Amino acid sequence: MIELTRRATFSASHFYWNEEWTVEKNEQVFGRCARRNGHGHNYTLEVTVAGEPDPVTGFVVDLKWLKDVMEREVLDAYDHRHLNMEVAEFAKVIPTTENIAIAAWTRLAGVIGQGVNGTAVAQLSRVRVYETPEIFAEYRGGQ
Amino acid sequence: MSDKAYFGRRYMLSASHRLHSDALSDEVNRTTYGKCNNAYGHGHNYVVEVLVGGAVNPETGMVMNMVDLDKTVENTVLTRFDHTNLNFDPLFVKRVPTTENLCREVFQLLKDALPADQLSYVRIEETENNFFQYEGE
Repeated sequence: MIELTRRATFSASHFYWNEEWTVEKNEQVFGRCARRNGHGHNYTLEVTVAGEPDPVTGFVVDLKWLKDVMEREVLDAYDHRHLNMEVAEFAKVIPTTENIAIAAWTRLAGVIGQGVNGTAVAQLSRVRVYETPEIFAEYRGGQ
Repeated sequence: MSDKAYFGRRYMLSASHRLHSDALSDEVNRTTYGKCNNAYGHGHNYVVEVLVGGAVNPETGMVMNMVDLDKTVENTVLTRFDHTNLNFDPLFVKRVPTTENLCREVFQLLKDALPADQLSYVRIEETENNFFQYEGE
């Protein structure tokens, strides 16, 4: 088993707000991230797949295919978007880095686990989302 | 021989913006700014690089005390723009918050706050792959 990781970047805006809480509590817990006009980040999405290299191609997955999957499933939905306002899964879920990692996993898991013609069948191993170079969240499908 | 030297420091701020000019039609905005014109905006981790220059102080060996530069940048730039939506800042009510314009405004704010003739340039990196630089008129 070998792991293979690909990175991509997207730029998006967001804010943190829990509708169940008072304004004061939101501001106390989320600080400047609660400002309702939002703010933004350059996110880095890191997707790791695991599998055996195909005996013919030597690939765990075709990297061009993985790039296309990441673009189609995640970047097309998140890049240059306001996550709270424009991305369905964050209408009721706060788009923290943790939740973005989980949501990206959910978007990718159904596609990557299936394999494609001409590529070895690899499993999604982990999704890591960097909000800044110093902060990231990682999800391994609940493992 | 001049004893002028330069000192640079990098700061980060996270902000959102939407590129949209009231002087242009919706359609031209769309073709000009592309996905940067999306209605709700998007965001970046901007890296603001500040270069100051001057004579090396013979007592301290410094062009400028880093602590003083940090304080000035914090008070005039970071507090103002970090974790905000740039479009809502008074500076960008009538001006598109492109990073070119942000760069010029940051330069002006810092120029006014720093000792005369010390600011050399402001460079703002919007992503790892593009940056803008302004050195004044």
